[in-house]
Amino acid sequence: MMQVELTVNGERRSDDVEPRLLLVHYLREVCGLRAANIGCDTTSCGACTVLLNGESVKSCTMLAAQASGQDVVTAEGLAPAGELHPVQQAFRAEHGLQCGFCTPGMVMAAVSLLRENPSPTEEQVREGLEGNLCRCTGYHNIVRAVLAAARGSGGRPPMASTAGASGESAPLAGTAGQHANGQTEVTA
Amino acid sequence: MIPAPFDYVAASSAAHAIELLGEYGDDAKVLAGGHSLLPMMKLRLAAPAVLIDIARADGLAGISVDDGELVIGAITRHADLAASALVRADAPLLAHAASLVGDPQIRHRGTIGGSLAHADPAADLPLALVALGGSVELAGPGGTRQVAADDFFVGFFETALAEGELLTAVRVPRRPGVPWGYEKFVRRANDWAIVGVAAIDGRIALANMGPVPLRARAAEDALAAGATNAEAARLAVDGTSPGEDIHADRAFREHLARVLTRRALKQIS
Repeated sequence: MMQVELTVNGERRSDDVEPRLLLVHYLREVCGLRAANIGCDTTSCGACTVLLNGESVKSCTMLAAQASGQDVVTAEGLAPAGELHPVQQAFRAEHGLQCGFCTPGMVMAAVSLLRENPSPTEEQVREGLEGNLCRCTGYHNIVRAVLAAARGSGGRPPMASTAGASGESAPLAGTAGQHANGQTEVTA
Repeated sequence: MIPAPFDYVAASSAAHAIELLGEYGDDAKVLAGGHSLLPMMKLRLAAPAVLIDIARADGLAGISVDDGELVIGAITRHADLAASALVRADAPLLAHAASLVGDPQIRHRGTIGGSLAHADPAADLPLALVALGGSVELAGPGGTRQVAADDFFVGFFETALAEGELLTAVRVPRRPGVPWGYEKFVRRANDWAIVGVAAIDGRIALANMGPVPLRARAAEDALAAGATNAEAARLAVDGTSPGEDIHADRAFREHLARVLTRRALKQIS
């Protein structure tokens, strides 16, 4: 056993772990944080993506020991309890998920992407999310959500979501026509 | 998947890592980003008794200029290499290759030293190093030696690193403004090359056309003698020994090598 000391979602922790404990198992089983999912377990799917010092990493391919002394954020830690991070809000507004399994990893990858490139093109979003697989959506609404978050138009917080309240909402944040092939129709 | 048990030691410096390598010998593996080693350990293809973590060791990070060469610390991550203004200006082929490794999460962890020491013949950075005519610095208990890229890769996943040695830095010639070409054929966006080609300054290197990244010397010689790109590209497979797998048989790899060489050369001229 060895001791790791790290900050998880803003909370300083110290735990005795086996050296071989993977970060994703540490987060899920020691910290009780279940947002990071174990999908492929082979560094391919990105469902286990978390932020390490603000950058996206795949927590299935990292030891808890390697994260010692560093700062880890999971989807649970993106926003205060009961609130949504702008990227989470955009995924909600743009319906950027179906089954939801890939979503925590997708959101963390998107947060990291926007931190490195706050105004990405659609192509840059698609390339920036190439480490995250989604088997439901076909990616279109995910890409739309990330672009909306980048524009700061990912929808208002849940408590203030009645239409037309502030005019802050760009076209994509309204009640979007989800079947409009590539083009968004605002019906609200 | 869970790796077999091991002991973990964090090295505080390159010298400390070399000391630990001397202490543990063959039982130990060096861990940097872990993006080649940990997947192998999870599959139990590797089961070292000790991991020596150099990811936070002093003296192994950073990119600097030494006359005509860039000196890149072994634990420099692919993301840092791809984003470095210095590398993009003086060795853009290397920055481009780094930007193609895996995906963003992988590039946030994987390191140049780790990729080179792992020596996957299908990987981007070994290909880039051979094309650029770079070298690696190998430090051991007896001192440091410099090994040229052409001599570093000696077999399938096998390098000139001797027991007890640590890859500490990578050197590449500075070539600002020199045109280069890079072609990588993949089935999936973030995959290893089925065949890759990198070309610069009369040098042509091939990925996944043999057990190590190879120089296409017949094509290089033809170019030097005044052959056209198409004529030179036809010679790209001379001296290669591509393997066969589910993605490509030998004939397809040879076809790809010729086509990608022509395209890489076209990017230059």
